[in-house]
Amino acid sequence: MKLKCIALAIATAVPALAQAQISDNAVKIGVLTDMSGAYSDLSGAGAVEAAKMAIEDFKAKEKPGFTIEVVAADHQNKADLSSNKAREWFDRDKVDVITELVTTSTALAVMKVAKEKNKLALISGGASTRITNEDCNDVTVHWTYDTYAVANGTAKAVVQQGGKSWYFITADYAFGHSLEKDSASVVQANGGKVLGAVRHPFPGSDFSSFLLKAQSSGAQVIGLANAGTDTMSSIKQAAEFGVTPKQSLAGLLMFITDIHALGLNTTQNMYLTEAFYWDRNEETRAWSKLFFDRMKKMPTMIQAGMYSAVSHYLKAVKATNSDDTQKVMAQMKKTPVNDFFAKNGTIRDDGRMVHDMYLMHVKKPADSKYAWDYYTVKQTIPAADAFQPLSASRCPLIKKTAS
Amino acid sequence: MTDFFGIPLPAFFGQLVLGLVNGSFYAVLSLGLAVIFGMLNIINFAHGALYMTGAMLAWIGLEYFGIGYWWMLILAPICVGLIGIAIERLMLQWLYKLDHLYGLLLTFGLALMIEGLFRDLYGVAGQPYSIPEEFAGAYNLGFMFLPKYRAWIVVASLTVCLATWYLIEKTRLGAYLRAATENPKLTQAFGINVPLMVMLTYGFGVGLAGFAGVLAAPASQVGPLMGSNLIIIVFAVVVIGGMGSILGSVVTGLGLGIIEGMTKVFWPEASATVVFMIMAVVLMIRPAGLFGREK
Repeated sequence: MKLKCIALAIATAVPALAQAQISDNAVKIGVLTDMSGAYSDLSGAGAVEAAKMAIEDFKAKEKPGFTIEVVAADHQNKADLSSNKAREWFDRDKVDVITELVTTSTALAVMKVAKEKNKLALISGGASTRITNEDCNDVTVHWTYDTYAVANGTAKAVVQQGGKSWYFITADYAFGHSLEKDSASVVQANGGKVLGAVRHPFPGSDFSSFLLKAQSSGAQVIGLANAGTDTMSSIKQAAEFGVTPKQSLAGLLMFITDIHALGLNTTQNMYLTEAFYWDRNEETRAWSKLFFDRMKKMPTMIQAGMYSAVSHYLKAVKATNSDDTQKVMAQMKKTPVNDFFAKNGTIRDDGRMVHDMYLMHVKKPADSKYAWDYYTVKQTIPAADAFQPLSASRCPLIKKTAS
Repeated sequence: MTDFFGIPLPAFFGQLVLGLVNGSFYAVLSLGLAVIFGMLNIINFAHGALYMTGAMLAWIGLEYFGIGYWWMLILAPICVGLIGIAIERLMLQWLYKLDHLYGLLLTFGLALMIEGLFRDLYGVAGQPYSIPEEFAGAYNLGFMFLPKYRAWIVVASLTVCLATWYLIEKTRLGAYLRAATENPKLTQAFGINVPLMVMLTYGFGVGLAGFAGVLAAPASQVGPLMGSNLIIIVFAVVVIGGMGSILGSVVTGLGLGIIEGMTKVFWPEASATVVFMIMAVVLMIRPAGLFGREK
């Protein structure tokens, strides 16, 4: 009798277990990014392509029993548009995870919706440390880099080279403020001082007024706390107005596409911090060449990070045989991230994926031997030092575990 | 050092000069818009895209055909003008009898298409275009370091604006144009080919945008977004100056450039909105704009 009961219990339980816990047996990934604006070169269609590459590789290698679909949309760098799209995707289109989210304000907006709907957000492009501090939640992973990591690499290197006094030209929104704040504290911590800052509207086209202010401040270093086309215009106009080379510029967040567009003549000798460089080793070269064949340009760290995030997510779905947010997240945190992008990367409880960062030095035109040969890797910043330590965290989730 | 409201005087003058440079762009662009609106009654939303086209053409000329800045300063506006003529003949001419809104929607759609085309071909990061050799270097004005090229922008823009004003207000051709605007039917009865004049006016108006584009090419990254970043402000300039007023648009363009420059000194965060605040105030006090006449 007892045996019969157990057999019955097992018989009823087995189908439930065997039945895939992945809803509709399909995983749907939404790539929400800037497809047409100031950041579309460093993210945009390339980020969507990187996600597709991750899915293709996963299908070929892991032969999953579920289908994977990717949808993409242009958020135009607008927070309201992003949260509307996120709601539509989660509620109507059964999207399981939203990724990319360049422009901090859109990342913050979508994280909130994801938390409300209990779905995942994997952020590659958004930069502010707010994502894993004040605004952190347990459904978000911040994958590629943040303002602390880039400031920590670049600002430190520049101060150590003797650039002690700083003036910031800052994009006037969450990202710029965060980058300025993080950089200023690195400058001060390393014995430098900050003489002032000016905030410019985003996106801007004419930076000459702001450069003139920076020039009259007499600072040795002008820190550019902006990104994309804004940084490029600032650098170009600084040369025109004779700001450089008397004062030096520090591009606090720059991407390889920016260097490509500006040319080595204008950018040589600059320091910058990246999470990824295509020409760093055999593995990065192999993947980047595949990417290049499709996009006709080398990947930025945001695009490479997209591949890494999507692959890691899919592996976790397969391992748990579930698309349940909490189960997948637990699995993602449990497993180290190992691919061409990161070695032994780990996801902390504040949502930060920590991995090595690289301090790059832009080559002189004469030293560049082939197309896209732009950087020398000056220093590998180990994962433990690259990101803001948990002890300094302002994330409520961290305080909870500590107490 | 002498101060002006807490701002060192050299910095103040520096910003004044920069405001004048930006104002020159506003003046040339809003002049084109004003000419087109005055003669065709079309709110030309494609103006920014055609300005960008001028800059892209300058870059394409240099990159693919080795044609330098000076030739492109003449060729690009002509090309843009021809594109404009094609647009007018193929599309716009059917809309004159309809509400303003149709012209606005059509040109807005065109702007999106032109931008999309260049974005697809070249991406948004933009292309570097170096300053012509004649203008490399800068003048040391004592209070600031003024790149020679920026000074040239002011000179070239003002010359073109004055020439346009002279052409329309003081010549026989201009008189025909003004007559055609005032009463097309009667003008046509006098044997003047009004549709031809309208077509050439549109071509000339957008040609001005193309000219401004080439002027802007060495001063900023040449990219598909450069037009849309500017055009909204230029529309505000036209509204403040008075739709269709030629001299008004030039004076307002320069003036607002300077006011915007000053705002960057005293309150940088507001520099993107100050033009619109002025627009709101002007519309409340003088709905037809500073130099406009109520019809």
